[in-house]
Amino acid sequence: MNITRGFTGRPRVDNPGLPPGQYDARDDWPVLSAEVTPDLAPADWTFRIDGLVARPRTWDWDGAHELPASAYEGDIHCVTGWSKFGVRFGGVSLDAFLDAVQPHDSATHVVAYAHTGYTANLPLADVTGGRAWVVWDHDGRPLPAEHGGPARLVVPHLYFWKSVKWLAGLRLLDHDEPGFWEGNGYHPRGNPWEEQRYFGD
Amino acid sequence: MTEASGTAAVTGARERFAPPTRFAVPGRIGVGRQEASVWRTATLTGIRRETPRVSTFRFAVPGWTGHLPGQHLMLRLTAGDGYVAQRHYSIASAPDDSGHIELTLDHVEGGEVSGWFHTVARPGDRVEVRGPLSGFFAWPADRPALLVGAGSGVVPLWSMVRHHRSRDMRMPLRLLVSARSPRDLVFAREMRAETTPVFTRSAPAGVTVGRMTADHLAPFMEKQPPAGWEAYVCGSNSFVEHASRLLVAAGQPVERIRIERFG
Repeated sequence: MNITRGFTGRPRVDNPGLPPGQYDARDDWPVLSAEVTPDLAPADWTFRIDGLVARPRTWDWDGAHELPASAYEGDIHCVTGWSKFGVRFGGVSLDAFLDAVQPHDSATHVVAYAHTGYTANLPLADVTGGRAWVVWDHDGRPLPAEHGGPARLVVPHLYFWKSVKWLAGLRLLDHDEPGFWEGNGYHPRGNPWEEQRYFGD
Repeated sequence: MTEASGTAAVTGARERFAPPTRFAVPGRIGVGRQEASVWRTATLTGIRRETPRVSTFRFAVPGWTGHLPGQHLMLRLTAGDGYVAQRHYSIASAPDDSGHIELTLDHVEGGEVSGWFHTVARPGDRVEVRGPLSGFFAWPADRPALLVGAGSGVVPLWSMVRHHRSRDMRMPLRLLVSARSPRDLVFAREMRAETTPVFTRSAPAGVTVGRMTADHLAPFMEKQPPAGWEAYVCGSNSFVEHASRLLVAAGQPVERIRIERFG
């Protein structure tokens, strides 16, 4: 351990919800996208799932809202170091979308992509079984554009770069393909509890 | 809305997936996996005051593999009980072979890491860094660059200006930078004709005070290099949202605007 002379840090919090190396951002919700925030109206938003599925399909705003509503209330963790507790998102479980397209048994991974072209890769097992959502509400209000509105992916058990903003689609694959940050030195999976920030962690 | 079943076009294909929209800001350079995974000891060798709230910290980093202007690193401090605080910081210095790098840090209110740097740190202290990280905001000096920043958001942009100067490049490079006042303008002593400052709170006599506007961008958009500008925008989220909208409205293509948000 390389102790830094004179460094004490902020008061320690005993918070079992805080993964290693993270701090509580409290009311802040930093925005860290690398591209211009797109001007995307709900009427122009679409969400497609294709690749290794029996019935590839595209939903529009109204079609997606016909699926059963589902909410996530809990914590989110950003690779830059902040975590945010008790965040409330409303939308639809990704399971409801995947049930409709019938993934092939050979599908093992997905690439989630945005209307801006941003991409993130995820094991299929990380976005099924009630662990991922397509959301359009935050705290009961429409999700702001800078946070990914009109609709984004939320995969809260992984670092938040996986939760693609301005979600446009999922491509199901039988192998893993790095997305934008994963191709920029970040960890392929990004589990905050194992502090998988960068490749090799 | 169900489409005709059929996955023949993609089944079995092993081509790299490309989204229907080309990503606006694909990585400019490859990032070595090794660089990101190794923590190195950085020894503080000097501190320079830039503004009342901003200072530059110079480090010797044995084994540093070099960086491109615009890249950042991750820095960590460790307390006696093992508590660790880590932050991403842009690199302020240009790439060189001195074995040193420089970070220029704002003294953030209540900031545990920047607070340590501004009130405790002295030459000889050791911290740890990993990097350089990220390729999308790097400027490999291959395209004319229009740099737009505010506050300490000028730091990665200034690495680009320094690189441009040290290599005596002919390639067009301009910096439009917003600061609260002349005394808050980071690197003011080093700025020359490539820089146009905008002051939001107070300015020298005869200089307009106010937020960056389309009028500030107009001269650069009217006199573009033949292949246009690659725009690099850095600052707080509210600043980069504002500045990137100005750029888009002025005709800058979104796929040629790279954004680094502090916060």
